[in-house]
Amino acid sequence: MYRQPGSIQRPSRIPILRLAAVLILATMAACTPVKEYQKNRINDSEMGLSNRKVEKNELNFQSYREGSSGANGGKTGGGCGCN
Amino acid sequence: MKKICLTVVGLYLLLLHAFSQSTTGDTATYKPKKLKLDEVNLVSSYYTQTGDHSAIRGGIGSEKVTDLANGLEFKFIGFDAKQRKNTLTAGIGVDHHTAASQAWISKTGASRRTDGLRLYPSLDWTRENEKKGTSFSLGAYYSNEFNYHSLGLNIGITQKTHNNGEFGFKASAYFDQVKLILPSEFEPAGAYGVGNNGEERHPDYGSSSRQTYTGSFSFSQVINTRLQGTVLLDLVEQNGYLGLPFHRVYFTDGTDSIEKLPSNRFKLPLGLRLNYFLGDRFILRSYYRYYTDSWGLHSHTAGLEVPVKITPFFSISPFYRYYTQTAVKYFAPYEQHTKTDGHFTSNYSLSAFSSSFFGTGLRIAPPKGILGGLSTMEIRYGHYTQTTDLVSDIISLNLSFK
Repeated sequence: MYRQPGSIQRPSRIPILRLAAVLILATMAACTPVKEYQKNRINDSEMGLSNRKVEKNELNFQSYREGSSGANGGKTGGGCGCN
Repeated sequence: MKKICLTVVGLYLLLLHAFSQSTTGDTATYKPKKLKLDEVNLVSSYYTQTGDHSAIRGGIGSEKVTDLANGLEFKFIGFDAKQRKNTLTAGIGVDHHTAASQAWISKTGASRRTDGLRLYPSLDWTRENEKKGTSFSLGAYYSNEFNYHSLGLNIGITQKTHNNGEFGFKASAYFDQVKLILPSEFEPAGAYGVGNNGEERHPDYGSSSRQTYTGSFSFSQVINTRLQGTVLLDLVEQNGYLGLPFHRVYFTDGTDSIEKLPSNRFKLPLGLRLNYFLGDRFILRSYYRYYTDSWGLHSHTAGLEVPVKITPFFSISPFYRYYTQTAVKYFAPYEQHTKTDGHFTSNYSLSAFSSSFFGTGLRIAPPKGILGGLSTMEIRYGHYTQTTDLVSDIISLNLSFK
């Protein structure tokens, strides 16, 4: 099919979504039951799965100095990054 | 006698049963707790950068930038009559930056405005039902600077599973306005200058809009007593004016124009985070992301941070992050574009490059706090290099008061 120069070609979502599903299923299959009283290491403040507050401005500058962003639990839009 | 004994025992058991029933009034008498200030966070950063590929000059010239960012966040927690936890977080941020390249909005490098201020308040509310393992959240964000305004709204839900897992979904929308500040050669003669009273004179700027819509999916899981992970997937759609009006592009014949990019971009990042507690002192925090978008940019990001617990309340966290990306279809360096190109940019953040970011962090969080109300103190320094010759440093401080 002829495609006009400069037209937008959307990336196929299917392989990425499949990969996400496989990762989720693999993670679920690998897990063993963990009781509340066994979570002293999991609940350690440095085991958290979200970004630390002290990293906030690092993520900000990286999203402006690099062409990609997202999938890190942070902001996905808004802001200029003009400078 | 035997009958009497059995009757007494039976009555005793009945009495016990009756009393055990009468003590189950906890939920009926539960009193809601009003929102109360639980935590205050102060995050400050100083960022400095050098480079020689300024987008304002079409891919050449100084990219020297400094930025001082300060953010203050107040977190309030309360419980309603149904024992649901309500968290209200109000934040305010102020950044002050200087950028050498801004002087070159004027063709002669004579623009007087080389610094700027950005103000960004935010408000988030979360209602968590611990019995059902669900939460619901709403958030709003606003950012204002001289040439840019942004309003963001989001709504989110989470659901815990029976096996230490949690699914999350968040929908966000950002509505931005870009002031159309053009390079001086594209404005009428005499539009820029100094007025009779010494004030800066500039043309009446118009503005253009940009919208970003995001669906963020997450799944986190405790895998065993030492390992947990999360899978993050964002679907991002951007529409509107996606370039910046003062970014120049120089063509092969030496003439220039402003960057021209498509008015639509679809982004698809997929991230994976795994954290492992090794022995009693080491934690491995790993992150990987694959990213692709409709402009032809693909990237990989891999990061590892290793907090080492010197004591249970003091840790040192060295980290390293590697990043690599391909260029968008519309990028070419200074004087490499031809006028027949449909879209063009010489912004090096959209070029092909790789980068390294490394540094270390310190975290102190003694159980009795530091100097009274201060509960946690974190300091983090990072050094960043790109193969485009851009080099930057950032130092951040987080003070948490409880």
